[in-house]
Amino acid sequence: MSMLVEISDLTKRYITTTALSDVTLDVPEGHIMGLLGPNGSGKTTLMKILAGLVSPTSGSVLVDGMAPGVATKAIVSFLPDVNHLDRWMSVGEAGDFYADFFSDFDRKRFQELLDIMDLSSGQKIGSLSKGMVEKARLSLVFSRRARLYVLDEPFGGLDPLARSQVLDALVANFRTDCSMVLSTQMVADVERFFDDVVFLDRGCVVLSGEAEKLRTRRGASIEDIYKEVYGHVETR
Amino acid sequence: MEFDDRAPIYAQIMDLIKKWIATGELKVEQQLPSVRDLARQVVVNPNTVQKAYLELEREGYVATQRGMGTFVAGDYHTVDLLRQGLARDIVARYVAGMRSLGYGPEEIATMAAETARKETT
Repeated sequence: MSMLVEISDLTKRYITTTALSDVTLDVPEGHIMGLLGPNGSGKTTLMKILAGLVSPTSGSVLVDGMAPGVATKAIVSFLPDVNHLDRWMSVGEAGDFYADFFSDFDRKRFQELLDIMDLSSGQKIGSLSKGMVEKARLSLVFSRRARLYVLDEPFGGLDPLARSQVLDALVANFRTDCSMVLSTQMVADVERFFDDVVFLDRGCVVLSGEAEKLRTRRGASIEDIYKEVYGHVETR
Repeated sequence: MEFDDRAPIYAQIMDLIKKWIATGELKVEQQLPSVRDLARQVVVNPNTVQKAYLELEREGYVATQRGMGTFVAGDYHTVDLLRQGLARDIVARYVAGMRSLGYGPEEIATMAAETARKETT
C-alpha cells in the first residue's frame, strides 16, 4: 500500500513548550485517519504542519513525497479549527474565492455539497449560525479534488442532524486516491469512519493502529480505548 | 444502522448481508448495492464495506464481476444452508438464555413451541 503521508521523528518546539516530540506515522492512500487526544495533545500543531502552515523543528514530513510547501498546498485541503471565512462574503462568493485560489476546486461538486448541507449560495456568511458556517466551510474544503484532506474538528458546533449531513458528505466525497486526517472529540459518533487511529498525549504517539484490529484485539470500541488511554477524560 | 462498536464493523456488515441473502431480501444473482451506496446507507467508512465484500467473496457468498458490480453467488441450496445457520445461532442464544434462568431441555422446547403457536394464531 502506498503512503500518502510519511512522518518520521517529527518534533515541534515552541519557546516554552514542546508541542510534538518524535512523532512517526504514515497515512496510507485511500485511508481515513482519526487523530485523537485531549486538548493540548498536539493534534492542531500536527495538522498545521501537514497543511504547510507551521514548520517542524526537526524530523521529516512528506506529503505525496514532498516536504510541505507551495506544491503540497495545491494538493492539501485544510479545514482550520477556527472560521477562516470573511463575514461580508456570501457562500457563493466564498466559492469564487476558493476557485481563484485552488485549481482543483470543483464548482459542480460545491453546489451538490451545498444541497446536501441545506445551504444556498446567496446566504451571507455573517448571517449564518455557527453550525451553518461550519457546514459552509466543510463544503468548500470538500469541493477541492485534493489528495489529502486535513480536517481540524470538523464536527465541532454541529447539532446531530448537521453532523449526519457532514458524515454523509464525507462518505459521498471520499475517493480511493485521496486520504483524510481528521481530529475530533466526538469519538463515538465518528469512529466508524476511521481506518486508522492515532492517540496523541502531550505531543507523543501513545497508541496507533487500524481501528478494526484494535476492536478485535481489545474487544472494545475506539471510544472505550480512548477512555482507557486518557483515564476518564470527558468526551464532549 | 445499529452496529456494536466493540466488535469489528466489517464482520457485522457481512452478517447483515448474509441475513439479506437468507431472508431473500437479496436474491441469488441479484446485484448488491455499490460500496459507496451501502456505506452511505449504513453510515460507515466505504473501505469497511469494501472489506466486508471481499471477505464475503472469499467465503463464496458473492462474486464480483469486473466493471459490473458484486452479485449474490450460489443457489437455492447455499441460501438454505445460510438460513439454517442463522436459525441455529438464534436458537443457541435462546437456549443459553433459558439455561441461565435454570430451565431444562423439555421446558425450553415446550415454552418455545407454545410461544410460536401463540404468535401464529
